[in-house]
Amino acid sequence: MIRLEKRPQPSKLWATMTPVLAVIATMIAGGIMFWMLGKDPFEAIRTIFWDPLFHETFGPYSRPQLLVKAAPLILIAIGLSLGFRAGIWNIGAEGQYIMGAICGAAVGLAFYPSESILLFPAMVLAGAIGGWAWAMIPGFLKVKFGTNEILVSLMLVYVAENLLASVSQGLLKNPDGMGFPGSRNFRDFPAAYNTDIIEGTGMHWGVAAAFIAVILAYILLTRHMLGFQVRLAGEAPRAARFAGVNPTRLVLFCLGTSGALAGLAGLFEVSGPSGQVTIDFNSGYGFTAIIVAFLGRLHPVGILLAGLLMALTYIGGELAQLMLGLPGAAIQMFQGMLMFFLLAMDMLTHYRLRLKRPVAAQ
Amino acid sequence: MDLGQINPILLLASLMVAATPILLAAIGEAVVEKSGVLNLGVEGMMITGAVVGFAIGVNTQTPALGFVAAAVAGAALSMLFGLLVLYLKSNQVATGLGLTLFGLGLSALIGKPYEGIKAPTMAKWDIPLLSDIPVLGPILFKHDPMVYVSLIIVAATWYVLTKTRAGLILRGVGENHDAAHALGYKVNRVRLIAIAFGGACAGLGGAYISLVRVPQWVEGMTAGAGWIALAIVVFASWRPWRVLLGAYLFGGITVLQLNLQAAGVALPVEVLAMSPYVVTILVLVGISFKGNHGAPGSLGRSFHATH
Repeated sequence: MIRLEKRPQPSKLWATMTPVLAVIATMIAGGIMFWMLGKDPFEAIRTIFWDPLFHETFGPYSRPQLLVKAAPLILIAIGLSLGFRAGIWNIGAEGQYIMGAICGAAVGLAFYPSESILLFPAMVLAGAIGGWAWAMIPGFLKVKFGTNEILVSLMLVYVAENLLASVSQGLLKNPDGMGFPGSRNFRDFPAAYNTDIIEGTGMHWGVAAAFIAVILAYILLTRHMLGFQVRLAGEAPRAARFAGVNPTRLVLFCLGTSGALAGLAGLFEVSGPSGQVTIDFNSGYGFTAIIVAFLGRLHPVGILLAGLLMALTYIGGELAQLMLGLPGAAIQMFQGMLMFFLLAMDMLTHYRLRLKRPVAAQ
Repeated sequence: MDLGQINPILLLASLMVAATPILLAAIGEAVVEKSGVLNLGVEGMMITGAVVGFAIGVNTQTPALGFVAAAVAGAALSMLFGLLVLYLKSNQVATGLGLTLFGLGLSALIGKPYEGIKAPTMAKWDIPLLSDIPVLGPILFKHDPMVYVSLIIVAATWYVLTKTRAGLILRGVGENHDAAHALGYKVNRVRLIAIAFGGACAGLGGAYISLVRVPQWVEGMTAGAGWIALAIVVFASWRPWRVLLGAYLFGGITVLQLNLQAAGVALPVEVLAMSPYVVTILVLVGISFKGNHGAPGSLGRSFHATH
């Protein structure tokens, strides 16, 4: 019999090893799944993880896409990780992402066809505020009434989706769109377009924001009092109370920050890669970011790497769909599997495996 | 707008149909939470139940077999959760979320070939005599068997939880797992059984959506029903009869807003469509305002026996 023994301290070695092991285990299990779907598992894995980066024809197209897809995931996951560390579960990032996009795009569209250089910064600000405000709803309800933030933030995703459907066919609809749903395309509106900072690299302003968020989160968690309080509240809630950590402030800070970052991600997406507000411009980044946050061990640098890896599965998945006819849902399942393997192997961080020796009666 | 089009008898009858999926999922989750485990994967188990139930139902042309398969699929998926949470000590919130994401992917994968197919029809049970009663007959006694099955499950759950020794043990494990362990009860085994029951119920609820309520397979068709079921458990303070009340209230709102849409009320469709979610939030606020009475003491905490 194998017995679990709790470690006095979580193992640092295993904390960094488990994501790597989880990725390997997911590749093996995913390979079996692809094989069951009638595809060559080795070819499928290579198409997903290798070809987007190094294939001579696809590589040049896919590599910029990596940053485009990773940026929103990293931005959202950085915000979520703060709350998850403190035991505050914002799982409605998808809704905050949508609201950020709507608010930011609305500011841009209101000033069409302005050419002011202040327009894009104003949109960025509006996007952050939109996401922040949407996350403040569960935040306020939690601190005021003790309402469960998990359920409220999730319910608000569906509310936001309905709002998105409404504005893309009404308020923000392109007046010159000949009746088609969807807003004006930001590609034809240079002052409001989230363009590549360096042409052809996929490095738009959202990517820059994601890198800045990683750095700021790292500084916050390692060098700042508030970051220390976030960690303390998650790891030792009782000690945090004695140390005078203000739970209300912490809830509002964690939810507000994650909402603002998700809102930013939404704005950068809608004014750049997506280009217009449409009923389905959001592609579930708010939910995938939860996996990214955990895969990155809720650590800023880890999230950066996890976001890039998850973006790779998106791009590789599209490539595999195209080249091998692999169903798109297989990738979604692949990502879900990754989360499971990670959580399962996490045990090794907190527990030691011991072979059970027969013990005398106590 | 013509509110006169809304037939109150049909409205109440369809309320029961609209409430049944959430009722099934919520009663299962209530048992899971009573045992001290928070499974946020209800949505994932429901959608898996929906697709498996639909696939088996279509292939065999027997809805009953579809429901059985859905319950098995829901339970099987919940065992994955149970294994991770109980034996590998993973975080319950994160694992439940993972289960939902996994279930959404799995169901989309299985469901692809079944899009656009119609489900086999399930015969209604007109209960003799009772269904002939004016007004009450069409509301209560002219439904498909699953509506009655769901009510029987609620009654049985209430009975087992409050009147039997097994229910007492389950509640004990949920209130204080250390004390239950000290008394010699197998905490993890009890919880595993509860999780399996919750998974089977969620699977049934999902299959009810794809086989009866809609009835066809659409990707992501549960549309948050699993999350609403979780909210209803909180609303019900973990009591079976109040789960029934909550689910039917919610079913009522859903049906009413659909009827208002059809009647062409001067409100935008999106406002009506978001109303169930907004109402759920308001209800949660109302409940939390009074304080969370009846939450099991060990809810969400993982159990590790040291001796």
